[in-house]
Amino acid sequence: MLDQADGYTTADGRRIGGVVMEMRNITLRFGGVEAIRDISFDIREGEIRAIIGPNGAGKSSMLNVISGFYVPQEGEVWYKGAPRPPMKPYQVARQGIARTFQNIALFEGMSVLDNVMTGRLTHMKSGLWRQALWLGQAEREETENREVAEKIIDFLEIQAIRKTPVARLPYGLKKRVELARALVAEPSLLLLDEPMAGMNVEEKEDMSRFILDVNDEFGTTIALIEHDMGVVMDLSDRVVVMDYGKKIGDGTPDEVRNNQDVIDAYLGVSHD
Amino acid sequence: MNTPSRPADGPASVPALLHLNAQRYADAPAYREKEYGIWQSWTWAQTLEETEALALGLLDLGVAEGDFVAVIGRNRPRLYWAMVAAEMCGAVPVPLYQDAVAEEMAYVMGHCGARFVIAGDQEQVDKVIEIQGELPDFEQMIYLDPRGLRKYDHARLHQYSHVQDAGRAKRDELLPEITRRQGKLDYDSTCVMLYTSGTTGRPKGVVLSNRNVIETSKSSSEFDDLRQSDDILAYLPMAWVGDFIFSVGQAMWTGFCTNCPESADTMHTDLREIGPTYYFAPPRVFETQLTSVMIRMEDAGRFKKWLFDHFMTHARKVGPDILDGNPVSMADRLKYQLGEFFIYGPLKNTLGFSRVRVGYTAGEAIGPEIFDFYRSLGINLKQLYGQTEATVFITAQPDGEVRSDTVGVSCPGVELKIAENGEVFYRSPGVFVEYYKNPESTADTKDAEGWVATGDAGFIEEDTGHLRIIDRAKDVGKMASGALFAPKYVENKLKFFPNILEAVVFGNERDECTAFINIDLTAVGNWAERNNIGYASYQELARHPQVMDTIQEHVEEVNRSVAEDEMLSGCQVHRFVVLHKELDADDGELTRTRKVRRRVIEEKFHDIITALYDGSSSVSTVTEVTYEDGRKGSIAATLEIRSVAVQPAPARMAAQ
Repeated sequence: MLDQADGYTTADGRRIGGVVMEMRNITLRFGGVEAIRDISFDIREGEIRAIIGPNGAGKSSMLNVISGFYVPQEGEVWYKGAPRPPMKPYQVARQGIARTFQNIALFEGMSVLDNVMTGRLTHMKSGLWRQALWLGQAEREETENREVAEKIIDFLEIQAIRKTPVARLPYGLKKRVELARALVAEPSLLLLDEPMAGMNVEEKEDMSRFILDVNDEFGTTIALIEHDMGVVMDLSDRVVVMDYGKKIGDGTPDEVRNNQDVIDAYLGVSHD
Repeated sequence: MNTPSRPADGPASVPALLHLNAQRYADAPAYREKEYGIWQSWTWAQTLEETEALALGLLDLGVAEGDFVAVIGRNRPRLYWAMVAAEMCGAVPVPLYQDAVAEEMAYVMGHCGARFVIAGDQEQVDKVIEIQGELPDFEQMIYLDPRGLRKYDHARLHQYSHVQDAGRAKRDELLPEITRRQGKLDYDSTCVMLYTSGTTGRPKGVVLSNRNVIETSKSSSEFDDLRQSDDILAYLPMAWVGDFIFSVGQAMWTGFCTNCPESADTMHTDLREIGPTYYFAPPRVFETQLTSVMIRMEDAGRFKKWLFDHFMTHARKVGPDILDGNPVSMADRLKYQLGEFFIYGPLKNTLGFSRVRVGYTAGEAIGPEIFDFYRSLGINLKQLYGQTEATVFITAQPDGEVRSDTVGVSCPGVELKIAENGEVFYRSPGVFVEYYKNPESTADTKDAEGWVATGDAGFIEEDTGHLRIIDRAKDVGKMASGALFAPKYVENKLKFFPNILEAVVFGNERDECTAFINIDLTAVGNWAERNNIGYASYQELARHPQVMDTIQEHVEEVNRSVAEDEMLSGCQVHRFVVLHKELDADDGELTRTRKVRRRVIEEKFHDIITALYDGSSSVSTVTEVTYEDGRKGSIAATLEIRSVAVQPAPARMAAQ
């Protein structure tokens, strides 16, 4: 195992840093149901970390623990070298963690630009009155925020739909807008909940390209949940495999691919 | 002909023009580009500074006089500057089509032996890296957009802004050399080399001198009274001669502002925001726009639809006359004013044509209905006829003499003559220097007296002096009966129907004509939607019986119209097939400028052509297709062949 502070070099020559976030013996229960049972793993700076597993394995629950939406009954979430106390999601967001959702959660009636701008909320410091009256600081902030938003819009190549209401966009583009909203928060850790669900091959290729570019260009650490094994194996540096709330594998895509437990979980095994 | 290598007055090269503009229009906008949602602009003075910095940087990288510098990317100010910077260094800029696949690029770059490449983004850089093994002359590449390129090996790769910075840092040291090289440029030195899209065979490198570019820009700017305050939108491929003349030649000559869209997808929004005063588009663009207007009107409310139809009828009646300054009754004028307020004005605004003073279309024949539609709105849309070898302009329509069936009178300084076989020849100051490394082709095209063969057949109308083009000279053939065969004439008539995107007519040395048809997915798809017809793919929609019926009606209507022309009545289409795939430049069936490549199509679909002539009612075929990323696949289909009613040849005017 790697040490906390140690990094490693990926197959394509990228340098990965020390641990940013660590799950220590997390257990999450909903009443009698144990969604996550005693899971530990870490996410290192600059890496693309995937969480995979069959339906109902507890992947989304895990992501919700990371984003602070669920508070686990047992175990600790360590972030940047210290245990994180139970927090509201907005407090987590202020710590530099941004996410997208499995079922797109955009403001359908608002334009793409306005949706993306909401991602800058954590960076706005002027109060309600100042913003309403458009006083000095509020105006400056808006200009700065718009600039960041425009850079991301350019980066994700959605200039043509800048002013289009989100409700009118096809699914693949909505996903991209959601990614844009997460990115303008300038997160140090980006959580993607099934970014490729329901996409066709071409849209998946585009999205993969963008995820790699985000990681490459901004050095953002990315944790993603994904169903499509091919995509996961191509994209990620390390993979955690879950099944029925338990961790059954953890390592590079190649290691995971040859892990007997993982093969059994995905291909099924006779229970006799 | 012995002509001086410098004009009596005025600059002798494009860089010299830029220097002049930086003085006389120093603070006027020269180039604009939308970036990060805002129009960024550069004045002429700034443009000179930026261009010169790049030229110095290029010199620092080792660009020598006579080198070829390939420029690939979408329309961006920095790429236009790159072309001028290359010329400042005494090198020759060669703009390439950005959507060309790697093999096509390899041929062109290998042919001119480009030592340097200036590429727009990662996509273009990747293509060049892929083919660099075949390019022994290639040395260094400069890229504009650094995105995704940070981790590339930078041994032969440089960022555009870094090259400029290096140039600025060494300005004092290198400026004398740049000044010396610029000073040597005269009317006879090469300004640019453009590869023709090559309807037949390999592309040829057309060498254009400063004389060609400047003289043409000058006379054409005067012809249309272009002004320094004009605005154009640069969105057509940079490798196309027209874009070079509009966005560099005429822009430099008159000092007007060239605006570059944010991306290809935002073109229409950007067009509206800029509201160009001088606009060029191939007929296809006008067609697409009209189709989308009509489709949207179909979905409009009853009252709006009525208002639109009512005023458009009026516009068709008097609009063109008002535009041409012909007498029109007071009542009609008032009603037209009302229409302008309710319909024409808002519509022009939506299309981005509110400010268009001079609009041109060329490259293909434009449908009369389409042409009249725009003119009736009060948009001064005209036609011109030109080619790369002429530095664009051969003929153009003067204001007040605009018709959809001619291409205008000869441009200032252009002489025309028609050969025995009907081929059009011209001679002008814009006539190209040569085809690079291809003296045989040069000699075939241009004779000792400077007359150039256009390859098009046409005639000059006696009363008006307007030129009319019938078809490509080599495509004009004979039917087995000896009757004239002009495929494009028929194809154009077919393509005037919004439902038909592309048509290819066969019949040379045969008894009768047949046709391939491509449906227009936008128009037919919309029709299908409104009629609750489900379809999963182009192929499925194309073979729908009702679609076939509609196309058959169109073909029959074309036959009726063709039959009216005694000379061409033999060209009526007897049988047709709706193709299972769209003809595509990636598959080599069209040129990059979307002209039909007959030989390729005849070879590739020979089984279908055979079926068109052997009387069978359907044909099964498998076709190879190339995807945008270069991979290949195949489509299998069974196509229905329809026979069409034809008109008897017109009676030989027996009554007279």
